[in-house]
Amino acid sequence: MNALPPTAATVAHDTPAYNFAYLDEQTKRMIRRAILKGIAIPGYQVPFASREMPMPYGWGTGGVQVTAAVLGPDDVLKVIDQGADDTTNAVAIRGFFRKTAGVRTTTHTAEATVIQTRHRIPEAPLAEHQILVYQVPIPEPLRFLEPRETETRTMHALEEYGLMHVKLYEDIARHGHIATTYAYPVKVDGRYIMDPSPTPKFDNPKMHRSKALQLFGAGREKRIYAIPPHTDVVSLDFEDHPFKVQTFAQPCALCAAEGVYLDEVLLDDKGGRMFVCSDTDNCEERRAAGHRGALAGDDISRKDRS
Amino acid sequence: MSALAALPESGEEKPLLHVSKLSHWYGERLGCRDVSFDVYPGEVVAIVGESGSGKTTLLNCLAGRLRPTAGVVEYLMRDGRARNVLSLTEAERRFLARTDWGFVHQNPSDGLRMTVSAGANVGERLMAIGDRHYGTIRETALDWLGRVEIASDRIDDEPRAFSGGMRQRLQIARNLVTRPRLVFMDEPTGGLDVSVQARLLDLLRSLVTDLGLAAIIVTHDLAVARLLSHRMLVMKNGVVVEQGLTDRLLDDPRHAYTQLLVSSILQV
Amino acid sequence: MPTRIVVSGLAKSFVMHLQGGVELPVVSNVDFSVESGECVVLGGPSGAGKSSILKMVYGNYGADGGQILIRDGDRLVDVAAAAPRRIIRLRESTIGYVSQFLRVVPRVSALDVVAEPLVARGVDRDTARARAGAMLDRLNVPRRLFDLPPATFSGGEQQRVNVARGFVTDHPILLLDEPTASLDAGNRSVVVSLIAEKKAAGVAMLGIFHDEEVRSAVADRIVDVAAFRIAA
Repeated sequence: MNALPPTAATVAHDTPAYNFAYLDEQTKRMIRRAILKGIAIPGYQVPFASREMPMPYGWGTGGVQVTAAVLGPDDVLKVIDQGADDTTNAVAIRGFFRKTAGVRTTTHTAEATVIQTRHRIPEAPLAEHQILVYQVPIPEPLRFLEPRETETRTMHALEEYGLMHVKLYEDIARHGHIATTYAYPVKVDGRYIMDPSPTPKFDNPKMHRSKALQLFGAGREKRIYAIPPHTDVVSLDFEDHPFKVQTFAQPCALCAAEGVYLDEVLLDDKGGRMFVCSDTDNCEERRAAGHRGALAGDDISRKDRS
Repeated sequence: MSALAALPESGEEKPLLHVSKLSHWYGERLGCRDVSFDVYPGEVVAIVGESGSGKTTLLNCLAGRLRPTAGVVEYLMRDGRARNVLSLTEAERRFLARTDWGFVHQNPSDGLRMTVSAGANVGERLMAIGDRHYGTIRETALDWLGRVEIASDRIDDEPRAFSGGMRQRLQIARNLVTRPRLVFMDEPTGGLDVSVQARLLDLLRSLVTDLGLAAIIVTHDLAVARLLSHRMLVMKNGVVVEQGLTDRLLDDPRHAYTQLLVSSILQV
Repeated sequence: MPTRIVVSGLAKSFVMHLQGGVELPVVSNVDFSVESGECVVLGGPSGAGKSSILKMVYGNYGADGGQILIRDGDRLVDVAAAAPRRIIRLRESTIGYVSQFLRVVPRVSALDVVAEPLVARGVDRDTARARAGAMLDRLNVPRRLFDLPPATFSGGEQQRVNVARGFVTDHPILLLDEPTASLDAGNRSVVVSLIAEKKAAGVAMLGIFHDEEVRSAVADRIVDVAAFRIAA
């Protein structure tokens, strides 16, 4: 689709009556103000007047509103769900913006200017011109132990973060190590404790001093927060139980990548399984470049039967 | 009065808590009125009186949990300066409350996190003041569980699985782990069986002595006051009707209400 | 020998608010003093106010008028007017008290009951317990009872624990409220010799003894309380 000027009602004529990127201009301005405040106070949860979106809560209503507010007609949008470009949620949201904003979409990380994500950060390092938009179910990292919103807000305001370590303490006491593997709490810019959304803790180091702007939208909870480029993001830990990311015993079965986040895929009901890149784009590009994993290029079902 | 006897004590220490003309009104209704007293380091003061007499209102005003309508509450900070508790910022007050003060609630579930382990309950204050070594935190928690007579193998259990007496002891450990100098207690033995109460009282008594704690204990139980406190304030209808040495108030009560209270104790 | 206690013009009455505010006069114009190394016994019929005087000197009862000057180191303190915590400090440093009945603290062993006032005076716990044990031995409290809380002891055993608690310290003033009331002859004589030792150590003692034999054995002077009975 061709890029059109960013004025109201300029989307191609086959999509009647929608403003550019679905939301009306006033709403987008309201969201942009929240985003700007979020950028000004890294890690601080800015309340915003979350709108009803044409999708259920839990499907990315927060992320979609943030994306709608930052999207311009020249942007190239990538949407991933658990690292994959081809899952229902990702496909649907890409289709949504193609239809309502007429923007170009892509699956290639390097090509995208706006990447909306659920639960992953792409493996390829992001660049200055890119924005990463996270879908956030529960923005409050202290909620697990303190149910009162009034109290958690006070704790943020006064930087009373002992409670966050209580959660990590409980992990070690119960499991012998910090067993929190996703939504692992971080301290942003030395000030606010932040929930990085349910990304695996494997991705936490990628947030640290990222060149890309990172925006977080929680639609049901009506919160937006942000990490400006090049901001310190430190994962919490104990001196004697330092933060560590997951490691995988074997490389990707398809592209032989190491040091990336792998998904376990069950192959049959007899215990057959394989580990493959969670980031499908990264995997495809590596295979296109000639990397071959143990199961790459084989007919998986036939090999399994033999 | 002879000149000798009237000589002031030299090197007199400053009060830890100085309360002056403290009043609290709930709209038209009186909570407490014109309460004045001092608490010195290491001193245990009991506030007694029947329900509705304003004891808990007073305690909450002192501990900064309720803003009094009028009056002054001064606390001697660790740096030796007396500060008006009521003019502290919220951040300062909350910091004080989780380091130099303790607050033991009648109902332990009000003072504990019921869904995290006993160890984390004790360790929370340490983590709140920046302790970041799991091993040290756990060791300290174990030590404190021992002091309040909770078996070390219960450290990873949630207080939900504890009896009432154990919960109360855990709440005490959670409060004392930062070595506060002043502990507020609201009916700490209320709702416990007599035998459990006796154990808790004995424990409190030795902890208070060993740590040199100052404490303000609200209780309607004169036996608790006798056992734990040096001094006593008797409240009725929001007003302190009599205050003084605990054993003198109990053995030689002067005010009609104190006499009534003392004469109402069941003898066993 | 320095004077340790000077009581002058002391007066006490009880106002019974629960009985329509009736005033029960107890004593007035009480005057006496106690020197270091002497045992003064308060005499007079029961109800004369002996126990009230003793309790006022300890600060346990309030006084309506007069003075109770206590020598505390190089200071004089008027117990009748002193602040509560001054009295508490006085009890730690200067005035010991042997009451008639033991006030039992739950779960605290007999040995610790006796050692407690020493610990409060800064003696380390092991030394305090050793001295407490020696004192209990002297008063013939069986060793198997040392580690038990005295709540279940017989009256005589409790009294001996109480006496041990009172005598174990080296307070320069000791108030004795019938310390031999429920003791057998053997233990009474132990108490008599304890008192003699305290005298030799310069302790000033003020006591009430109903037992004629003990009284005559320990009393240097007898102050007749009946003389203070509302002289006005």
